[in-house]
Amino acid sequence: MKRVDIYRGWCKRCGICIAFCPKHVLEADKDGFPTVKDLEQCSGCKLCEIRCPDFAIVVSKDEEG
Amino acid sequence: MRETSHLVHKYLRPTMRFPHIWCPGCGIGIFMHALIRIIDRIGYSKDDVVLVSGIGCSGRLPVYVDFNTLHTTHGRALTFATGIKLAKPRLKVITIMGDGDGVSIGGNHLIHAARRNVEIASFIINNQVYGMTGGQCSPTTPYGARTTSSPYGNPEAAFDVSRLVEAAGATFVGRTTVYHTTLLDRLIEKALTKNGFAMVEVIAQCVTYAGRWLGLASPAEMMAWQRDNSVTVEKAKELNETELAGKTIIGVLADRERPTYNEECTKLRTQELKV
Amino acid sequence: MKKDKEKEQKQEEQNRILLQGNEACVRGALMAGCRFYAGYPITPATEITEVMARELPKVGGVFIQMEDEIASLGAVIGASLAGAKSMTATSGPGFSLMQEHIGYACMAEVPCVVVDVMRAGPSTGLPTQPSQGDVMQARWGTHGDHSIVVLSPSSVYEFFELTIQAFNLSERYRMPTILLADQIVAHMREGIVLPSKEDIEIEDRPQPTVPPEWHIPYGDPGTGVPPMPAFGEGYRYHVTGLHHDLRGYPTTRKEEVESLMRRLFSKISNDLERLQWFDSFYTEDAVITVIAYGCVARAGMQAVKEARAKGLKVGLLKLKVLWPFMRRTVTTILDSSQKVLVPEMNVGHISREVKRVNQGNCEILTLNKIDGTPITPAEILETLEEVYP
Ligand SMILES: Cc1ncc(C[n+]2csc(CCOP(=O)(O)OP(=O)(O)O)c2C)c(N)n1
Ligand code: SF4
Ligand code: SF4
Ligand code: SF4
Ligand SMILES: [Mg+2]
Repeated sequence: MKRVDIYRGWCKRCGICIAFCPKHVLEADKDGFPTVKDLEQCSGCKLCEIRCPDFAIVVSKDEEG
Repeated sequence: MRETSHLVHKYLRPTMRFPHIWCPGCGIGIFMHALIRIIDRIGYSKDDVVLVSGIGCSGRLPVYVDFNTLHTTHGRALTFATGIKLAKPRLKVITIMGDGDGVSIGGNHLIHAARRNVEIASFIINNQVYGMTGGQCSPTTPYGARTTSSPYGNPEAAFDVSRLVEAAGATFVGRTTVYHTTLLDRLIEKALTKNGFAMVEVIAQCVTYAGRWLGLASPAEMMAWQRDNSVTVEKAKELNETELAGKTIIGVLADRERPTYNEECTKLRTQELKV
Repeated sequence: MKKDKEKEQKQEEQNRILLQGNEACVRGALMAGCRFYAGYPITPATEITEVMARELPKVGGVFIQMEDEIASLGAVIGASLAGAKSMTATSGPGFSLMQEHIGYACMAEVPCVVVDVMRAGPSTGLPTQPSQGDVMQARWGTHGDHSIVVLSPSSVYEFFELTIQAFNLSERYRMPTILLADQIVAHMREGIVLPSKEDIEIEDRPQPTVPPEWHIPYGDPGTGVPPMPAFGEGYRYHVTGLHHDLRGYPTTRKEEVESLMRRLFSKISNDLERLQWFDSFYTEDAVITVIAYGCVARAGMQAVKEARAKGLKVGLLKLKVLWPFMRRTVTTILDSSQKVLVPEMNVGHISREVKRVNQGNCEILTLNKIDGTPITPAEILETLEEVYP
């Protein structure tokens, strides 16, 4: 199972992660923070993590999953 | 244990205040993340890495990372870096400069560092504008762009930074955008491991100021522009001049060998002076 | 006994070498442990660059000719951060270019030595003619409040000696030290006897005595001077020209800004006693004392000797430290002499300071020359005779 964690304390709501997720896993919540809409679709490509200017998003494999 | 969160945190200074000072969506943070990733991949010891920057938004990068870090004066990062590398050759010396910083006020140092071939991995964060001082035109701002210091349109032509540095003799020259993540990583790695002066021009978005005159408001739109207006060196060979107009050529632009200044110093000592 | 003395004298004669001022400066630097030099050619300091290019590699040091003087001092500061004792040399136009990095070295507390061989200015001025026009620039040339140490040699031997001291002071206080020479002292040749290395005291920047995690890069250990580990030795820290906190991180908090500034000033203001370097001749009973430095002190010496021969009670105070201004030493003279004459090859840089510290008991006279020619003993003697009470 993949995990996509968003650290709101550092996130500046720039929208880059949402815009370039090839699988459209992420969407903005009513405050503009990214949230995971459809984890099933996540390929684990980490593009969101790599392109986040604020190190606020982390993609990982959940060890227990 | 989730690996990546650990990787960045291993290199950030926990004593610094985060989030960092850059505007939401600023490209500098994307480059910084990539730099950390590659330094970790190569496996340098933190004690051996020296990060040197000039003044500008990009100049604020080193303070966040746990290396030997040096925030110098506007435009002069390469001069300090030269002294460090020559005084202690075993150190991995990296410079980070802005386009105004590295190419305008520091342009002379840039071409001479390339000519001299001191082993420094240098990165010019080209956001085509003076970010720190509020969006004035820089030597890489496109002709005609309206900035805070060219309200009627920029009357000057822009420098092609990579070609300039290549002509000055750099042993490695590459250009990428922060959108092109794989290439970004590859060029950083090549620059860091190059035995000689290496320069990578990193096209990055200044959302706050360059976004304004590009007529592109959001960071995502600016990165999409990077994606849509770049062609790889390989692809560019197949295109004619009109097809290439307005495009940025990305990839490895020069990769060649030449004795470094440190090697010349050693040669002088062993061959000329026999000490 | 007599034989021993003769032998010693003979030995000394054998050790005596004819050196140009600029060469003596290089000898001093090498003896002080200088292992990095970056420079850019300029008259009348070029010989320092040339001799360094020849001599530095022989002792395992690195010489580099940079693209300009801004770059030269940048490289010098970088090398110093990496642990090498470093120096550069220039003259007026290059000294002007170096000002930004002198300020950087003050703020970031990086030891380095900057030699300015003064020539007549402003601008390109008179490249081959002497002057003392950079005294105020050496003090205040870089922007912002700061303290600085400036030394001034008046002979070939002093150029050698003060270069060593410039390194020692820059290491002791972690700040740039400026050697203000002039074209005459730099280009003149004198026979001098160099001391052996063992007879010279060398100071090195303080080193941390605690492991890296306990080291506070910009803390005050009590002396005002934080220990300075070199880059690459395990003490990873941040260096910046911005105002910074104890860790070296940028700050705008007024308490932190103030305490940094106070500490930077305290390095010198708490140590003024140790920075009174001068020579005095016939000052005990002098009615008039000449206060001079650099090449002018030589003319002053000659003039005083000739005046004494004529029965005039005059003396000479030769300043070796120009900044911080030696208030204590000068005040003593102002108290004992009726008049003080300050001859200078500028419009009156040090005389202003003398007037500033004068409590009104002494008459301060000046003799200024700005035509690119040296002040002669005859000119000083003539003034002394004129104003002698
Ligand atoms: C000698 C000097 N001149 C001017 C400045 C003001 N200044 C600070 S940053 C900057 C320009 C920054 O632009 P750039 O180098 O492109 O960096 P960016 O902020 O875009 O990353 C200028 C002109 C300065 N600090 N020092
Ligand atoms: S890892 Fe890839 S697929 Fe998964 S959310 Fe991030 S960008 Fe989308
Ligand atoms: S890219 Fe990073 S900062 Fe931007 S919205 Fe996504 S998580 Fe937040
Ligand atoms: S002004 Fe521009 S370059 Fe500076 S932090 Fe903001 S977006 Fe980045
Ligand atoms: Mg810029």
